[in-house]
Amino acid sequence: MIAELGLAALWLAAALAALQLVSGVLGLTERGSVLGGVVRPVAVVQGVLALVAFCCLIYVFAVTDLSVKLVALNSHSMKPLVFKIAGAWGNHEGSMLLWVTVMGMAGAFVALVERRLPEPTMLATLAGQAFVSLGFYAFLLISSNPFERLSPVPAEGNGLNPLLQDLGLAFHPPTLYLGYVGLSIAFSFAIGALVTREVGPAFARAMRPWVLGAWIFLTIGITAGSYWAYYELGWGGWWFWDPVENASLMPWLAATALLHSASVLASRNALRAWTVMLGVVAFSMSMIGTFLVRSGILTSVHAFAVDPERGTFILGLLAINIGGALTLFALRASTVTEGERFALVSREGALVFNNVMLSAILGIVLFGTLYPLLAEAMGAKVSVGPPYFNPMSALFAIPMLIVLAVGPLLRWRRDKLARVGKALIIPVMLVVAAGIALVAIGGVPLLPFLGLALAVGLAWASVLPLRDRNLRRTPLPVWGMVFAHFGIAVALFGMSCESAFNVEKLVAVRVGDVTEVGPWGVKLDTIEPVAGPNWTALEARLLVRYGPDGKVTRMLPQSRSFWAPPQQTSESALLTRWNGQLYAVLGGEAEDGRWQLRLWWKPFVPLIWIGGLLIAFGGLLALIGRVASDVRRLIAKDKIAYRHERKAQLGLRP
Amino acid sequence: MAIKAKHQRLVLLAIALVVLIGAALLAAWALRNQASYFYVPSEIVADPPSPDRAVRLGGMVEKGSLRTEPDGVTIAFAVEDGNARVPVVFKGIVPSLFVEGSGVVAEGKMATNGTFVADNLLAKHDENYVPREMQNMTDAQARKVVAETK
Repeated sequence: MIAELGLAALWLAAALAALQLVSGVLGLTERGSVLGGVVRPVAVVQGVLALVAFCCLIYVFAVTDLSVKLVALNSHSMKPLVFKIAGAWGNHEGSMLLWVTVMGMAGAFVALVERRLPEPTMLATLAGQAFVSLGFYAFLLISSNPFERLSPVPAEGNGLNPLLQDLGLAFHPPTLYLGYVGLSIAFSFAIGALVTREVGPAFARAMRPWVLGAWIFLTIGITAGSYWAYYELGWGGWWFWDPVENASLMPWLAATALLHSASVLASRNALRAWTVMLGVVAFSMSMIGTFLVRSGILTSVHAFAVDPERGTFILGLLAINIGGALTLFALRASTVTEGERFALVSREGALVFNNVMLSAILGIVLFGTLYPLLAEAMGAKVSVGPPYFNPMSALFAIPMLIVLAVGPLLRWRRDKLARVGKALIIPVMLVVAAGIALVAIGGVPLLPFLGLALAVGLAWASVLPLRDRNLRRTPLPVWGMVFAHFGIAVALFGMSCESAFNVEKLVAVRVGDVTEVGPWGVKLDTIEPVAGPNWTALEARLLVRYGPDGKVTRMLPQSRSFWAPPQQTSESALLTRWNGQLYAVLGGEAEDGRWQLRLWWKPFVPLIWIGGLLIAFGGLLALIGRVASDVRRLIAKDKIAYRHERKAQLGLRP
Repeated sequence: MAIKAKHQRLVLLAIALVVLIGAALLAAWALRNQASYFYVPSEIVADPPSPDRAVRLGGMVEKGSLRTEPDGVTIAFAVEDGNARVPVVFKGIVPSLFVEGSGVVAEGKMATNGTFVADNLLAKHDENYVPREMQNMTDAQARKVVAETK
């Protein structure tokens, strides 16, 4: 019953999306202008209906309604409730439903609150949003119906992949999707502005908070996903250049570029065509990512099912949406007039540099991710990994980071490097000092060497925009920028440390044996069986000690066996100190009774994710600042309108 | 620094294009050198890749070939495809579904002595996650092997 309700809500939402599209388009014409009035309410109801459908799916998962095929295939009655709920989006159909739900809700939110742009632009924007949504509704209803019933009803479900039975799953995909799909708003705004020829500062100011919001979620989602992969996979790495990781990185790169170019457009009325283009590209990257992941054409732990029909369907959607948007762009690009000019050495110049470098990195990642497909078409099976991605992306990231240190200090329009040179003396000295220290330590590979030296200088340079400012009166967006840029330095430091100073040890030890990894002494104390709700495990008790006279601490890595589906996973154990993390994985038992242990000492590795969170926090500060000033402006406008009204009323009085 | 009004857009466009095309060319060049190719044992025996090149080797773990070295963490086994076999050494914790007679993809390099030094092993995890090359191999080359070993 609930499943049918969900399906009905989904069909109705799709129908409303069609109505939203048609009335949005007709609303732009003179004869159909009366239809324009329904677009916003329809968008709101459509979003709510999508949410209803999603809640229905969560319900059937929560109660493990095995007559629903999706539940039977992906869930199990013996699973803890939180994983039953999270399992609703831990599969292809459910995750696509989450996608359209977020898309519908985002459209509803825009329809509800966005009043800064001319109404025709808003109609075109919401029509654009409906058009994209409609494609995904069709995809769900035709080829991926999440509410399909199963007959006869099985006695028990297949269970969820144990790797996904982790609290990370409850959190990571929804956050990432809010970011991914939130970018659809930027896409629709770009379409709306192109159609109604309203590409200008007002468009950028209206679009900016939406992009910022999506970007914050995307940043948190990527950071959380990276940490999840780090501790859950037990491979000790935090980024694998897996196609799915790349699929989330590419929209982030495009959205980061978009944020910066939108700020140029908003404050300086330059980079008009480029900003619109990035709005299209950012969401296109989200869709390409979805295509790569959901079509199953690339091998990945994230690829749920291999179904050529679905792949073709998403490819078709992709071609229509991206092709359509690019055609519109090509048709209208000539009508987008050139904005204000600026000198090469200026804030704008630095931001253009940032944009070009981000685009180049985006191209590098996109090319590397698609290359295995191109090669396979020509008959060779290849895979592309860190030896390609690391140096190639660093090649463009390093100049970008250098300019990042300088750019925020420059004035708009025109500036001289000599003016900011003095402020940069300390960061440059820090870079040199760090370089000398690293040479003294010795044995640090080139990329981490550059990364560490740059990170130190950048950390200092990133707070320089606050100098000569009254800190109490510094606007929130400036604080946001400082936090985000400082976060980049912090993350860079963590990444470089991880690859420069990592200590790894792989040993086979008997119970009672002591081994050493970096500054740590590790004793295998006991191995004991333990049981969880749907698994049994062998748990090692490790007694670890930092240095010769450190406090003894316990670590409990496990080797878990799940029974539905039957699969083994290793649960790593982590011990965090202020200067790094000790990482322990329990392997198998050798024939002579020794146990395999894999240990890593990773100095400063948590800085990677702390940096990521700082970047997101900076975004949040900027968002709060922007929204607050918009609200203030709105209230001021209302007051003026109210005064006018009062005056008019007073004037009318005889 | 004064750039004429008409020209600024063109100059910016030109710079952006040059950088992006440069990036694309560089990427193409790097990919040719850095992509890791997939081999089955008979291919690797017929034409061994150079020792500095990262490649991937896929096949079946030969029955009776798996043994653990005295250090307890290094394993040695052979990967076969029915026509040829390649000895492999791997230091690390093996995936739980890695057993004799099952499919495996080993990532690593071919040493000069004819042994494949793997730094990562991908076993068939479960029904939902099969290394892509394995799917084709079980169809084409490995069916015979599977029939013989089972």
